[in-house]
Amino acid sequence: MDLSFSAKEQAFRAEVRGFLADKLPPELAQTVRDGRGLSKDTYERWHALLNEQGWLAPNWPKEFGGCEWNAVQRHIFEDECCRAHAPRIVPFGLSMLAPVLQKFGSKQQQDHYLPRILSSQDWWCQGYSEPGAGSDLASLKTKAVRDGDTYVVNGQKTWTTLGQYANWIFCLVRTDPTVKQQAGISFLLIDMDTPGVEVRPIILLDGTHEVNEVWFTDVRVPVENLVGEENKGWTYAKYLLTHERTNIAGVGFSQAGLAAVKRLARSQMHRGRPLIENPHFAARVARAEIDLMAMSTTNLRIISGAAKGQAPGVESSMLKVKGTQIRQEINDLARRAAGVYAMPFASEAVEGSNESPIGPEGTTHVAAQYFNNRKLSIFGGSNEIQRNIIAKVKLGGGA
Amino acid sequence: MNFDLTDERQMLQDSLRRFLTDRYTTQVRNDILNSDTGYSAEIWTQLAELGIIGALFTEDQGGYGGAGFDIAVVFEELGRAGVVEPFLDSAVLGGGLIAALGTEAQKTLLEQVIDGSLLLAFAHGEPASRYDLSHVQTTAKMQDGSIVLSGRKAVVVNAEAAGFLIVSAREDGAVMDQDGISLFLVPADTPGLSLRGYPLLAGGRAAEVELDNVSLRASSRLGVAGQAYPVITERAAAASVALAAETLGAMETATVLTRDYLQTRQQFGRPIGSFQALQHRMADLLIELEQARSAVINAAGHLEGEPYQRELHIAAARNLVARTGRLVSEETIQLHGGIAMTQEYELAHIAKRITMADHRFGDADYHLEQFIDLSTT
Repeated sequence: MDLSFSAKEQAFRAEVRGFLADKLPPELAQTVRDGRGLSKDTYERWHALLNEQGWLAPNWPKEFGGCEWNAVQRHIFEDECCRAHAPRIVPFGLSMLAPVLQKFGSKQQQDHYLPRILSSQDWWCQGYSEPGAGSDLASLKTKAVRDGDTYVVNGQKTWTTLGQYANWIFCLVRTDPTVKQQAGISFLLIDMDTPGVEVRPIILLDGTHEVNEVWFTDVRVPVENLVGEENKGWTYAKYLLTHERTNIAGVGFSQAGLAAVKRLARSQMHRGRPLIENPHFAARVARAEIDLMAMSTTNLRIISGAAKGQAPGVESSMLKVKGTQIRQEINDLARRAAGVYAMPFASEAVEGSNESPIGPEGTTHVAAQYFNNRKLSIFGGSNEIQRNIIAKVKLGGGA
Repeated sequence: MNFDLTDERQMLQDSLRRFLTDRYTTQVRNDILNSDTGYSAEIWTQLAELGIIGALFTEDQGGYGGAGFDIAVVFEELGRAGVVEPFLDSAVLGGGLIAALGTEAQKTLLEQVIDGSLLLAFAHGEPASRYDLSHVQTTAKMQDGSIVLSGRKAVVVNAEAAGFLIVSAREDGAVMDQDGISLFLVPADTPGLSLRGYPLLAGGRAAEVELDNVSLRASSRLGVAGQAYPVITERAAAASVALAAETLGAMETATVLTRDYLQTRQQFGRPIGSFQALQHRMADLLIELEQARSAVINAAGHLEGEPYQRELHIAAARNLVARTGRLVSEETIQLHGGIAMTQEYELAHIAKRITMADHRFGDADYHLEQFIDLSTT
């Protein structure tokens, strides 16, 4: 047992920290720190800065222009990015689609799409969930019917995150309705400028527009946009989901969130003393921090195993459940700390609003974030589905 | 022992529930939430005509209720329908303070409060006061026979619509002293009074209120100089009964919506309510809901009692209901899944009402401390 990072890893951390101090624009970090939504331009600006450094694709193999970092390096990079309040790397192209194309895509698809992801020429979104297919994803109904050199796609996807910014969508579609659900699904790349594609906004309970419905009406998609083999899409989808689950614990987000709670609780007064000194509030913060310290090590145990080539199993499901519980608890602490100033609704909770905030610093978006982050335990495989996976493996003798 | 509502209160509950079921639909409420005023003047007037504001005042005050159980009955229904109109601020707080402290001349305003034509707001909390009721920095000074108010009030709910603000200010003592606080009736158009209004996350509007040498006639004071604190705590207790009952009603709606959804939403070829893991969580919510109902009954039943018992039961109810409220709002969203994350779905608003009630007149921790202070002395 040795809990410390190696000298090489520490040097790597210093290099990342130096880069962020140099290149991350302060106004951008402030926007992230304030919890405001980011515009497409801001994401692309940050992607460009990372791409210039060659760090936009930490998980890609070098042959495709990635860093090929191991799990520990990726963790250090994500950790430092959170600490510095860097925007997140938009995952849809870089960490969801790209690994699928690299493993299952044709040479032409790799040569065409991967460079366009790195250059931000394309913004991808994910066409998985449907109104009737959430936790039960394999029951999806959007169908693609072969007609000569094209598929004709009809159906509806939902919860499409940042679909309003996207020009491409990767979709799971049903190509064979006659077989077992999982055996009739294909993985299709669709240009969103194709006639018949319509994006409709979904406004979330905090007033934000970050997800969408995407409707397909007789959308004609060239057959060369099929990834891998027809009806093998479920295999690719599962492969993609394992990549979606990297950094699933969100340790960095929780650490940044907890630091923000402490800052706020030092400035908020309760009975004439800083709130942080109040034993009831302090106990809540302490419990969250104790949980987070342990989870951080659980996370490192798994990362360390992964760096040695061990595939994570149910551990990633455990991290999803515990990680989201801790993040949501921290969001709850933040809204508590804000007191009465949690009540105002900052309608311009996105970048570019010049109006001065109503309450003290750090209170403006805490309640909206508390509600918005209820999504954490719902999306990416709900926490109930994660518990099913854990129970099946540990109790059922299954895979 | 009898836990039934009186006939009068049963009628009140029935007529209010019927009105809100018919008229306060999700669409109507969403339109109100998107409106510039943050409330519907039409619905407000209709509810006043139905006697809902009158139910919050005693006969002496011109109403026909005013007891803890009247407040609880009204607010449980308002909570059930997710009503955002300012019953708490205009009637229970504003009207209640005038009724408790006002001279005969001042009390003539109550008729307009009860018929809905005059709205009020209670400007008490300050940027640094958090939930402490005695924390008043705003000053009131006598100058040439006038009273001059200076200070700032935070998150004053319903301030923009109010014809009068009831402003607390210190005439004597240090910032946290209970003695020395007075209340003043300030007409909305008084020079030196300025508002910065904004919408609230759970509906309705509030304002930051700036008092810059606001000059008032001496007759604007409500009650005896420096002696307002006991009445403020009594009205805060009434507000707590209202908030706890509103949360109870909102939790009832949240659990009904969730029960219906569990029975209709199909995944894996069956209703998700057929999964035992979800059934048990639903059962836990229903157990906690009955706990909350009893806590609200305890608080409402002690509102007119002696202050120690009143404060003990208020603190207990607010703490318990806040804990239950968090559980219910979070769990009902989770049991629904993504649909409950959308603005237009009924539960989103209901969950926000539940959570934001924890930010008025003390959160779960504040009331826990109150309870500890009271129960260990």
